[in-house]
Amino acid sequence: MDIRYARVAFVLSLVACATSAAADEVHVAIASNFTAPAKAIAAEFEKDTGHKVVASFGATGQFYAQIKNGAPFDVFLAADEAAPAKLEAERRIVPGSRFTYATGALALWSAREGYVDGQGAVLRTHGFRHLAVANPRTAPYGSAAMQVLDRLGLKQELAPRIVEGQNISQTQQFVATGNAELGFVARSQIYRDGKVIGGSVWIVPGELHAPIRQDAVVLHRGRDNPAARAFADYLKGPKATALIQSFGYQLQ
Amino acid sequence: MPLTRADFSAIWLTLQLATLTTGLLLLAGTPIAWWLSRTASRLKGVVGAVVALPLVLPPTVLGFYLLVAMGPEGPVGRLTQQLGLGTLPFTFAGLVVGSVFYSLPFVVQPLQNAFEAIGRRPLEAAATLRAGPWDTFRSIVLPLARPGFVTAAVLGFAHTVGEFGVVLMIGGNIPERTRVVSVEIFNHVEALEYAQAHWLAGGMVAFSFVVLLALYTSRRAPMAGF
Repeated sequence: MDIRYARVAFVLSLVACATSAAADEVHVAIASNFTAPAKAIAAEFEKDTGHKVVASFGATGQFYAQIKNGAPFDVFLAADEAAPAKLEAERRIVPGSRFTYATGALALWSAREGYVDGQGAVLRTHGFRHLAVANPRTAPYGSAAMQVLDRLGLKQELAPRIVEGQNISQTQQFVATGNAELGFVARSQIYRDGKVIGGSVWIVPGELHAPIRQDAVVLHRGRDNPAARAFADYLKGPKATALIQSFGYQLQ
Repeated sequence: MPLTRADFSAIWLTLQLATLTTGLLLLAGTPIAWWLSRTASRLKGVVGAVVALPLVLPPTVLGFYLLVAMGPEGPVGRLTQQLGLGTLPFTFAGLVVGSVFYSLPFVVQPLQNAFEAIGRRPLEAAATLRAGPWDTFRSIVLPLARPGFVTAAVLGFAHTVGEFGVVLMIGGNIPERTRVVSVEIFNHVEALEYAQAHWLAGGMVAFSFVVLLALYTSRRAPMAGF
């Protein structure tokens, strides 16, 4: 064989290897509130299965728009039920692949120690200027927070003091920087290993709002990718569910 | 047209913000640009670089630092609290401060280029005719740098209208106070309300194009600026 052909063959075989390796790669779009647990789960998944996870973190609505327009994701972990349900109705997912991977818990949190009491009575005081809430039109934790205020009969009264974060991460940032004295955040943002990371908190009872279900789907693009199904199954397994709970989410 | 009252109030707020910001920037930017165009100081490079920073920094970086600096623990926040003004995030005034930083280079740089293009001679001629500095500025610099002022005002205005990241970080999405058009577009997209998003986004594209078209076709001669 001519040395030049040998070289071409060698390069081609490299390309072949690369593409066969790519088949074991799963591209996952992940709602930003699930960033920390997703990283932990992905690390375990890679260790246990040898597949590789390529994770993108972002807003659920943006991911929905991107997926509709051909974004290269195999699996989608949304922050709500609505976007996956819409994708299902539009036949952009593997039929029957939609399931709830985590249920979020809401927390009223302040970066200051002793500011928020264990019953949320601080909401009835007039000591604060800003109450941070995620945008209720777009963020599930935001609409849950508004339901809580409604139930407590405080929605009207507190409306002028509400500042909205575009998503739950930004909401937490408003509170963490002290610009808002307190705010409704995801418990998962302020919990590590079952403990609050700092400040003061009221864990809002689940009966004050509709459950914040976060659904996952295997997208059309992932239908022939064994790693995509493996990742979706892994999410339901004991290791992943234990991790999900340790980050302050519930399962149901 | 499927635009709601909230959309129109966002448009109105955006126009107010851009107008106020442009006015303040012309006032503050003119002396800065003048100094930059005349000075031989070693500080020129430093000041020029600081002015140009918003051109290269992601708006979220600027927004994040503004949020921290203007917050209750930040240096600006402490000052405004001592002055009895409270803190600036989540207020219209806060957006104005953010926008002034964000659009600064778009006003200062065209002005600086226009001032530099005037050169020394007209000023020296004015001085030999015993014109005072204010007289010189009014009768020599202003008319000669007029195209630069137009460019600066248009770019400052248009750039503020298009601002998103900074407002997102320090605004808090409050109707009639901090919810500007770009944030409202983002809200619509996130809420999957694509029809309204299209109307607003399309309007933004058309507005920006018309503004820039007017700017570029109004230049008869090659001109200082961008």
